Amino acid sequence: MSPVLEVSDLTVSFGGVPAVRGVSYSVRPGEVLGIVGESGSGKSVASAAIMGLLPPGARVTGSVRLHGRELIGASQRQLAAFRGKSISMVFQDPLSALTPVYRVGDQIAEAVRAHQRVSKENAMVKAVELLDLVGIPRPSERALAFPHEFSGGMRQRVVIAMAIANDPDVIICDEPTTALDVTIQAQVLEVLKRAQAKTGAAIIMITHDLGVVAGFADRVLVMYAGRAVEVGAVDDIYYRMRMPYTAGLLGSIPRVDRGRQPLVPIEGHPPSPAALPPGCPFAPRCPMRVEACDDREPPLFEVGAGHGAACIRWEEVRPDGLARQAAAGDTSRLRVRGERTVLAVRGLVKDYPLLRGAVFKRRVGTVHAVAGVSFDIRQGETLGLVGESGSGKTTTLTQILELVPPQRGRVVVLGHDTARLSRGERTEIRRDMQVVFQDPLASLDPRMTVHDILAEPLRTHGRPAGRRIRELLALVGLESSHAARYPQDFSGGQRQRIGIARALALEPRLLVLDEPVSALDVSIQAGVINLLDSLKDRLGLSYLFVAHDLAVVRHIADRVAVMYLGRIAEIGQVEAVYDAPAHPYTQALLSAIPLPDPVRERSRERILLEGDLPSPANPPSGCRFRTRCPKFRAELTDEERSLCVTVEPEVRPLNGATDQGAACHYAEKRGVV
Amino acid sequence: MTLSDEELAEELTDGTAYRAPSRLRVVTGRFFRSTQGRIGFAVLALMFLLAFAGPLVNRWSYTDKDLTAFMRPPSADHWFGTLQTGSDVFAVTLRGMQKSLIVGLLAALVSTALAAVVGAFAGYFRGWTERSLTWLTDLLLVLPAFLILAIISPLFGSGQWVVFVIMLALFLWMVTSKIVRGMAISVKEREFVQAARYMGVPPVRIIFRHVIPNLSSLLIVDATLNVSAAILTETSLSYFGFGIQPPDVSFGTLIADGSRTAVYAPWTFWFVAGLLVVTVLAVNLMGDALRDAFDPSAKRSR
Repeated sequence: MSPVLEVSDLTVSFGGVPAVRGVSYSVRPGEVLGIVGESGSGKSVASAAIMGLLPPGARVTGSVRLHGRELIGASQRQLAAFRGKSISMVFQDPLSALTPVYRVGDQIAEAVRAHQRVSKENAMVKAVELLDLVGIPRPSERALAFPHEFSGGMRQRVVIAMAIANDPDVIICDEPTTALDVTIQAQVLEVLKRAQAKTGAAIIMITHDLGVVAGFADRVLVMYAGRAVEVGAVDDIYYRMRMPYTAGLLGSIPRVDRGRQPLVPIEGHPPSPAALPPGCPFAPRCPMRVEACDDREPPLFEVGAGHGAACIRWEEVRPDGLARQAAAGDTSRLRVRGERTVLAVRGLVKDYPLLRGAVFKRRVGTVHAVAGVSFDIRQGETLGLVGESGSGKTTTLTQILELVPPQRGRVVVLGHDTARLSRGERTEIRRDMQVVFQDPLASLDPRMTVHDILAEPLRTHGRPAGRRIRELLALVGLESSHAARYPQDFSGGQRQRIGIARALALEPRLLVLDEPVSALDVSIQAGVINLLDSLKDRLGLSYLFVAHDLAVVRHIADRVAVMYLGRIAEIGQVEAVYDAPAHPYTQALLSAIPLPDPVRERSRERILLEGDLPSPANPPSGCRFRTRCPKFRAELTDEERSLCVTVEPEVRPLNGATDQGAACHYAEKRGVV
Repeated sequence: MTLSDEELAEELTDGTAYRAPSRLRVVTGRFFRSTQGRIGFAVLALMFLLAFAGPLVNRWSYTDKDLTAFMRPPSADHWFGTLQTGSDVFAVTLRGMQKSLIVGLLAALVSTALAAVVGAFAGYFRGWTERSLTWLTDLLLVLPAFLILAIISPLFGSGQWVVFVIMLALFLWMVTSKIVRGMAISVKEREFVQAARYMGVPPVRIIFRHVIPNLSSLLIVDATLNVSAAILTETSLSYFGFGIQPPDVSFGTLIADGSRTAVYAPWTFWFVAGLLVVTVLAVNLMGDALRDAFDPSAKRSR
């Protein structure tokens, strides 16, 4: 079959700085091409160039042919005829991709009418059909709703419906699931597959997540510093990669199916497009670098059938990830939990009033953000607190950090009950409990030098700064000359190291980590995870690690607590919970995580959850998960169900398990990864 | 915490003289590295030198009257010429500059500081603090300045320039304070303020260490504008018999008097006006350089 879209030697530059440097690929009808790369690799710019959506300052050269017709240099009029009809696009942020003031049905109908001569009524009928196709319940009713009345996943479905409205030949998806939770991501990917089956379109899937691509794409293109560095069939890329960058990327991803083992980060950080190194752009970070690498930039060598790699030593590149997998089997540890408890939370409850009215506020409801959560952390232990957005994990965290008496329940930090704290004790606890935030740039004062940032906790608690700051910088792998710089002079990973150094300044005993790596690129993320791991062992810290990424938690945590709608669904030792989850929600969550392993990914059975998280203002009676529970829907008898509807299950230890408990009346262990 | 032995050894070998690169030092360094900052600072220093050392080399003082020369253009005897009263223009100009430099700069600094503190406290604490501070600001905005002046004027006689500076500052801070309050509210929500709170930093120190420095661009621009505003406001106050009274002079009174004779005796006006322009320009240059020095994202000029 002839390719529907051919891109050859595409370059894009902004004011003389190259963002994309000679990318070529082609897609055939019905094929899925995955384009992966870290931030700044030029993957999004390349796709925007195809659509002709770049800002006026961009210089585009090369050729993009759709059905043999050239798009580069075409007039806006010609492009408008293609856009949305032959090529359509699904954006990352579904909220900003929809106009807030029009009903979604009208927006889809508009997409239909832009390219087809149909009446308004017929367009609306088509819109409802499309909404039904993308799995929106009661489509004729929902077509009259406004975008803000939809959840994130539902909005993304609407955007997909708009993208397929005119049976396009190519759908470009730019990080379509990055903003979504894992269970919703699984639903949306399912919808995309269905949409493709219906339209027979080719899909270009741009993502940084190697897991998403593994199960979805037929071919993969890896981009680095504005160039394609490896391209090939999905199995070639994952199992027979010939480019050290690809191997490094795969080696640095934490995987939900593998136990605790050190990740292999890629040293350094991606080059700035304005100052590319001579020769191979990856050479400064490459473990296989030889002198010849700096001579000139390697072209894409043909290393197999339809498989190209831009490395002069491609014959020697071996997938080392596979070797590590074999060695990982014997690391399962049976840890004895520590004696001393550093943090204990018992039946923590936090409600927020739901207010209406601008002048006279009246209470119209209550958001039950946290509804009875209990866990504890022992000395030297890491507890991973995981959950999707809206599960109440952040509220739990702020309740602990505020050190004020909780609404109900008890929080005991380092032996002190927060309900009975004197001012002096509170300051003392603040010294022993420190926090690392998600966004390293936002949590560091942009107007302070690194020295002042690190000195702040020391000065607050009356300790001398000076030498200690250099110790701290050395501890997190930064140089002491960095102290005079501002946070913005650093890369994301380095900034997070500064955040960690600040948290460690007072030699705390408990570190609260709020999504510390989710804002970082994979290759950088691995370095920070390893740092946290080694610091814990060296300094005897305990971590409360809040994350939405279950794979990261598996790598760093000893125990894990899974939250759903303000309650803990399952808690226990990491190996036990990941290998044999007992709560249906944990099972669904784990099965929704894509693995960077194409063969297993294709053969996996997904437990798809239906619908969205219920509103925490109005949680279901009895078991909070029952409205989405696959077990409740399919396996239980009516008699068994009545228990779920009436009685809210408490976390109970499972039979025969040393440290694992689930809040389910019918908990049953089941391997899903 | 225990560091490994090698690291400790390394620490001890090169850890002799460690200069802490704190914000103060970095900002000062960046300020003096920029050409603008150096020029502005040098010019302003020259103006001070002229104002305070100039009278020592001039044989006329500002109270002297040369009864042999009325309204004379600049000559070897009177460097800047003379006024209608026979006063030496050079002497009165320098006397006026002494007053105006101190009053203008101090009034600008005090009013901006007041705006920053009131605005930041109102924005950070919200609740009752905010309500009472906002009420105070609004009150001063709506109360006519002359009313307050009429009440307070008996309290200060002539020559009490400190009270005068505070009076001037009191009329200049309100609008800025309202802007600062709005910006402080948004800065308070930022994560680094949260981080400082969870570290146990007291709220007042958070305001002075995190909130106000993050509004420094606005505050510096405001302070530079206030310098000229203060000098000019001082003029209008002098009309109503407050502030600088004859025989004492200031830039304000000199410009007001000189503008009447400027057409046929330009020396009575242009020297004063020129020095005022140079002063304000120097302050603006310094303000720009200081703003860039504070702002880490500004381009480095090395």
